[in-house]
Amino acid sequence: MAEKQTTTSAAFIATLKRDLLIAFKKKNDIVNPFMFFIIVVSLFPIGISPESDRLTEIAAGVIWISVLLASMLSMDNLYRSDYEDGSLEQLLLSPHPLFFLVLAKNISHWLVSGLPVVLVSPILAYMLALPTEAYGTLVLSLLLGTPIMSLVGSIAVALTVGLGSRGLILAVITLPMSVPVLIFGTLAVQSTLNSQSPVGYLSLMLVMLSVSVSLAPLASAAALKISVN
Amino acid sequence: MSSAAPTTSSNSDTDNIMLAARELFCARDDRVLFQNLNFDLAQGQVLQVQGSNGSGKTTLMRILCGLNDSYEGSIKWFGQEIEDQAASFFSSLLYIGHRVGVSKVLTPVENLRWSCSLKQAVSDEQIMVALREVGLRGFEESPCYTLSAGQQQRVSLARLIISPASLWVLDEPFTTLDTKGVAMLEKIMQRQAQAGGAVMVTTHHSLSIPQLTILSLG
Repeated sequence: MAEKQTTTSAAFIATLKRDLLIAFKKKNDIVNPFMFFIIVVSLFPIGISPESDRLTEIAAGVIWISVLLASMLSMDNLYRSDYEDGSLEQLLLSPHPLFFLVLAKNISHWLVSGLPVVLVSPILAYMLALPTEAYGTLVLSLLLGTPIMSLVGSIAVALTVGLGSRGLILAVITLPMSVPVLIFGTLAVQSTLNSQSPVGYLSLMLVMLSVSVSLAPLASAAALKISVN
Repeated sequence: MSSAAPTTSSNSDTDNIMLAARELFCARDDRVLFQNLNFDLAQGQVLQVQGSNGSGKTTLMRILCGLNDSYEGSIKWFGQEIEDQAASFFSSLLYIGHRVGVSKVLTPVENLRWSCSLKQAVSDEQIMVALREVGLRGFEESPCYTLSAGQQQRVSLARLIISPASLWVLDEPFTTLDTKGVAMLEKIMQRQAQAGGAVMVTTHHSLSIPQLTILSLG
């Protein structure tokens, strides 16, 4: 029986595939946060001013805050249905390190919720009159920032998944933890607009991403064990 | 409040004892569920845990699987602490709880492909054979939300057929099954015992399995 046991990478890939499959079967879990993101961003020119000078100033902040809010909406799907149908228990009883299985779930979550937002951001940046030279920085900062939010948010979701009525507790835990990402993301775009190099901020975000990838799944795994207990 | 005498099956000697629980104590909200609970589970044995509602059957099962750590006492796997050999213990363990671990949006095949590959490599052919054996021929590709509760239970029971795990921990596996399903599951459990595996099961049914031992809680 030992020779038939899967390797950790096979279990990792199986988990990733399964979560992507579930995401594509429950399309509104992907589409709703994405539409929410686009709608929130489009409200700003209507509510503040359609003048491009003013919009340019707030563009980066508006996009980043909308990304944060949209990621809140999608976070809840991460472990909830697995908890309710018992799949989470099966995950916890796997002989493979939980770190990699949780990481697979986080990656799948980012692919369906974070990546579409990154891809559509240049269009929204155009709508908010962000100068073209800042597009690259914006996309790059989102590319580094959204996985951090998925990974860190996963800890909060794992902690609260066993609670019956959670309401806003998820937002209350996660949003403060996302502040550093928000600061560096918007500063990177601002510095490009001021013709300075954004490399410093982007490298800081890269460091934050590396730390999140290596530590957040451990915390999520521990939190899941507590929630199932 | 309960204490159970050590139960040993006729063919058990110390060599083939898989799981040994000693002096287990568990309390929930100041209420003692069980204390001084000792039992051995040997290869080839089916251990039925009985007890009234709320007597701690599910808690005991979850403790044995490592899903619940609010207990005192020792649980040994082939004479060693489980923490020292977690990977080997978890590869040999198959747990089916009240929540059967079947995602409603996936089909039975997709569900099994994932839940089995958490433990061992599995081919689609094996999955198809197992699904046929549990009576789900024709439902292989239907989303599980279109299946009845009993059929979803059968999807998770198909894992018993695929899995080479030597220890099965089944929490109320009979609840949603029809009479044919009950007979089928009894047959599968008996086969597991004959193959040298062990089964621990909670149910209120009276099982007709020769290797049966009974542990009463409450």
